[in-house]
Amino acid sequence: MAHFEKAKSVNDWLDQRLAVNTLRRVLSTEYWIPKNINFLWAMGMVLAVTFGLLLISGIFLLMYYKPDVNLAFDSVNNIIMNEVGYGWLWRHIHGVAASVVFLIIYIHMFTGIYYGSYKKGREMIWISGMLLFVTFSAEAFSGYMLPWGQMSYWAGMVITNLFSAGSLELNGVVEWIRGDYVPGDAYLTRFFMLHVLLLPLVILGLIGLHFGALRIPHVNNQDGEDIDFDVESKKYLAGDTKESKVIRFQWDFLSKDIFVLGVFLIFFFYLVFYHFSFALDPVNFDPADGLKTPAHIYPEWYFLWSYEILRPFPKDPGLIAFAFAQVAFFLLPFLDRSPNVAPANKRGLFAIWFWVMLVDMIVLTVMGKLPPEGIYNVIGLYAAVTFLVLWAVLPIITMLEKKK
Amino acid sequence: MSVKKERRDFLGLALGGFTALGGVAALGAMKKTWDPLPSVKAAGFTTVDLSAAQENVLNVEKWRGKPIFILKKSADMKKDDRDIVVGDARYHVSIGLCTHLGCIPAYYPKDKNFICACHGGQFDTSGHATKAPPVKPLEIPPFKIDGTKLVLGEEGEEYKKMKAAGITA
Repeated sequence: MAHFEKAKSVNDWLDQRLAVNTLRRVLSTEYWIPKNINFLWAMGMVLAVTFGLLLISGIFLLMYYKPDVNLAFDSVNNIIMNEVGYGWLWRHIHGVAASVVFLIIYIHMFTGIYYGSYKKGREMIWISGMLLFVTFSAEAFSGYMLPWGQMSYWAGMVITNLFSAGSLELNGVVEWIRGDYVPGDAYLTRFFMLHVLLLPLVILGLIGLHFGALRIPHVNNQDGEDIDFDVESKKYLAGDTKESKVIRFQWDFLSKDIFVLGVFLIFFFYLVFYHFSFALDPVNFDPADGLKTPAHIYPEWYFLWSYEILRPFPKDPGLIAFAFAQVAFFLLPFLDRSPNVAPANKRGLFAIWFWVMLVDMIVLTVMGKLPPEGIYNVIGLYAAVTFLVLWAVLPIITMLEKKK
Repeated sequence: MSVKKERRDFLGLALGGFTALGGVAALGAMKKTWDPLPSVKAAGFTTVDLSAAQENVLNVEKWRGKPIFILKKSADMKKDDRDIVVGDARYHVSIGLCTHLGCIPAYYPKDKNFICACHGGQFDTSGHATKAPPVKPLEIPPFKIDGTKLVLGEEGEEYKKMKAAGITA
């Protein structure tokens, strides 16, 4: 048995039983972060905090929400919004955070793409991050069902129909997912379960994996420099903090992280208090009606780019293109054939690829919101084709890239 | 020593085998739990009286939670094998869900066509897709003609004929 002494402090008491000092050292004070980074490296912490906000606001919403087709709409739009003290606050935090979390995810993703933080040992960081993106998408979709308004119902109808896999006509699969011929009570309750239990559990597990995947290859830096973390951290611990290329996670990096987080939270709560309506679609304030499709159906802004890849093509090719768009980013570490880890602007053709991809996704997003008419159809089609072509040429242009 | 190891391997395999078996059985139970309930499956015959229908006016009925389009054709609309003939009137009857992803197309009596708001698909008055993304025509639900009434959910003679000809969907 281990030897225990009379503790000198609460911390010492805990340390004897849980090794909290070792934990803190390994996870925080001697977890090393490169110096040559910028504010974009704070997005991970911003995401973690936004997830925390979603979790806390969700807990309070959960106490009054009713997962029943007859009660759901009223429990959200009347009880939570009108009766529950500060119920509106939790709903607005939850709705705004669900939207903003995707903005930050996209910034986080494109930061990774720009600086090449997905290769040479960092593949698992990228893959676990993409798994988080997919799970967050499922979480956002399942949450969108819960108010049981018109947009909830028809988004549910359209998205579950995707699983019939076009001409394969797997209607049995769709009915199995719904537990009904159309989205109904069984459907709402199972998506409620997914939203409040199963998917959050998966997200928590994946966050653990994502953090764990960082430990061995470490965080990338602005120059793609291959830093020897053992040497540099020894330099730091020996007191040569100026020459060392790394800093402690706690509190060196965290102090800067928290500053960026502060700026973000000002922006976030400005939205929550003054501009929350962008996250609440007006059509969803009509109760679900299975006999009336709203005039225009479009997903939330963060799904528009992939929705627009589905839209301009005939059914089957559209579904294949859409399915490809969902997994394309997973393939990035393997389609990028260049060994160089460097910012995109130092990688020749890849710089053009990066900016065209970014602009193309913005164009797809804008077109996805506009009705499928006239010139928008044409622009949408070209943007969707551009997206697919970009992935096809990626291995070629990265193979041509000079090795540094 | 080697005997002991074999014993352990056997125990491990036996345990693993039974665990896998239990796991598969549990997955089967989980799959069944997500199936539509018998009460949901059983609900489902709707009778519609066609005698009051007016030409070029779309009636929407509800069957198994889905909208059913009933359109009495006017003389200038093209005849089609998919029409349901009751007396001397022709009707287009279909499940009113776009065959692309299941939105309800809206009917435009002036242009005599259906347009889906979701992805811009179009159908003519016989339910044939005239503009992508949908390629398949609007699906005809199982029906039985009973005088001037239509029973949805039951397969009558006319439906069976259409189904055999492969034109219901």
